[in-house]
Amino acid sequence: MSTDRPASQPAEPTQPVLNVADLEVHYGHRRRRRQVLNRVSLSIAPGETVGIIGETGSGKSTLARAVLGLVRASAGSIVIDGEEVGSYGHRQWRALRRRGVIQYVFQDPLRSLDPDVTVEASLAEPLLIQGVSRQEAAARVRAFLDRVRLSPELLDRLPGELSGGQRQRVAVARALVTEPRLVILDEPVSALDSANRVQILQILKELRADGVALVFISHDLGSVAGVADRIAVLYQGELVEVGATGDVINQPQHPYTRLLVRSAPTLHSAAADRAEREALRALLHA
Amino acid sequence: MATLSEKVLTKSARNSKTEQNGSGAEVEDTGATSTTSTTGATRPVRPAAPSTPVLSVRDVHISDQAAGQEIVHGVNFTLTPGRSVGIVGESGSGKTLTCRATLGILPAHFEVTGGSIEIDGQDISGLSSAQWTALRGATISAVFQDPASYLNPSIRVGAQIAEVLKVKKGLKRGEARRQAIDLLHAVHLRDPDLVYGQYTYELSGGMLQRVLIAAAIAADPRILIADEATTALDVTVQAEILDLLADLRERTGLALVLVSHDLAVVAQLCDEVLVMRQGEVVEQGPTHEVLHNPQHEYTRLLIAEHEQYGLDKFLGTDAVEPAKTDALDTADAVKEDA
Repeated sequence: MSTDRPASQPAEPTQPVLNVADLEVHYGHRRRRRQVLNRVSLSIAPGETVGIIGETGSGKSTLARAVLGLVRASAGSIVIDGEEVGSYGHRQWRALRRRGVIQYVFQDPLRSLDPDVTVEASLAEPLLIQGVSRQEAAARVRAFLDRVRLSPELLDRLPGELSGGQRQRVAVARALVTEPRLVILDEPVSALDSANRVQILQILKELRADGVALVFISHDLGSVAGVADRIAVLYQGELVEVGATGDVINQPQHPYTRLLVRSAPTLHSAAADRAEREALRALLHA
Repeated sequence: MATLSEKVLTKSARNSKTEQNGSGAEVEDTGATSTTSTTGATRPVRPAAPSTPVLSVRDVHISDQAAGQEIVHGVNFTLTPGRSVGIVGESGSGKTLTCRATLGILPAHFEVTGGSIEIDGQDISGLSSAQWTALRGATISAVFQDPASYLNPSIRVGAQIAEVLKVKKGLKRGEARRQAIDLLHAVHLRDPDLVYGQYTYELSGGMLQRVLIAAAIAADPRILIADEATTALDVTVQAEILDLLADLRERTGLALVLVSHDLAVVAQLCDEVLVMRQGEVVEQGPTHEVLHNPQHEYTRLLIAEHEQYGLDKFLGTDAVEPAKTDALDTADAVKEDA
């Protein structure tokens, strides 16, 4: 099941794989300038899975994009695997991405997979860029395809010839193939049906055993709860609560977190929750 | 809020009155006494409420005539006022086709090839398009997943609700506007007067869905079909919409058909659940029984998803956590025969 992974760099075992401190992001210019992230600080330890929960417009995708260097931070620092990347230019980002230390999976795999490139070529490309030999790349591609429970028969297919769930698993495999230390997943299961969602979540759970750190972004606390060690709640651009998953769910502190917990559809949704939700909404909108 | 509830409540008393606009199509029920209908349910459903059903779906089969293939292989349920039935299933399971059949809006080539559907006692099979027009909105109404695509982006949303009132209830302009604002208020929009004059692009997804619900209930229907109506929304907004539907149901006796891919969404609101897969109802019964004693492996998968990966895992229940691999095997099994 687990492929042989070269022992990771002799970094300090305690050094966080990602450290974000007082991160601020603004969009727009002059009078239209508005703050999207306000002094966000978060640290991810190696092998840890952290869920970032927030509603539309809370800044969760902006946080992911800032960490990936796709959006420029206006203040604060981002340290990936010991490197301060906040001031990196295009070239330095490209070099960092090429090393495959940090990878990402987005919600819609159709948009992140080239429609004219076969599964095999898509998965092998990042390895070939790294200078891995063709044979070795082919072997690794097959190993990772197996990890995400896809049959080697799919290697010749184009993304359009796969189901939504298969495509998302290809996207996950491609993120893993360079054996990154950190994978950022932005709403990876939101567009999938139950069977596929369970499968992806199971795969993510197994990754923890390999020491890959995961940042799992979602609007739905429910889909993250089962895999995350810690939950961070982003509300209107601020991290309002960070804690162990069980604690956040059982003793939510911030009113928004409480509303989130009470709003998530569960098999035990009680009618009593309705009154509580109503009270919390009133509190938040006051 | 009282306005709507009063309005709709008085409405249910006078629901036999013919609509003002239609071709006298309002059903003076030929078969209103046909109360017996819940056949074929896997388990006994709670004895039907004393009131007569507003919607009976009996062994409905739907076929794709172009492909010569049957897509839905027999769906059964009845709905009385103030009750709600939920249909769960993945995409392609036939849940949306079933809804569209009850609304008379099956896509081209698709036809009901077996069984019958009665709305308010009237068999829909022989309805003319004028009769359908009279029925839709006034007796049966629906909201779907993507609210923006059901509203005209170049017309203020309030005017689009007022139009329903003008056409369906024959109201004059001023009165239609007043009632439309009442409706916006009834769906808990914070500033109804402001929203009335806004365009779709100025409103969020949750607000648009409320506008659509307001339009859907404008002509006081007795049945509302919500087909994945909360799927595209944030969880907190989804809960708001579900609370609103529960509220309407309690206050006005609206009967609900709730369609979702998420069993928990349906469980929150519905008395009875149908689990569909590949056109087949694989499980059907009172919600609590389906949840606590699921019979079909697919239902078990839907439940396992919540128990193992959802909040349920943490919410101090006595449920024993199933073995980790269980759900996955099920997922594989489900996948394979898919």
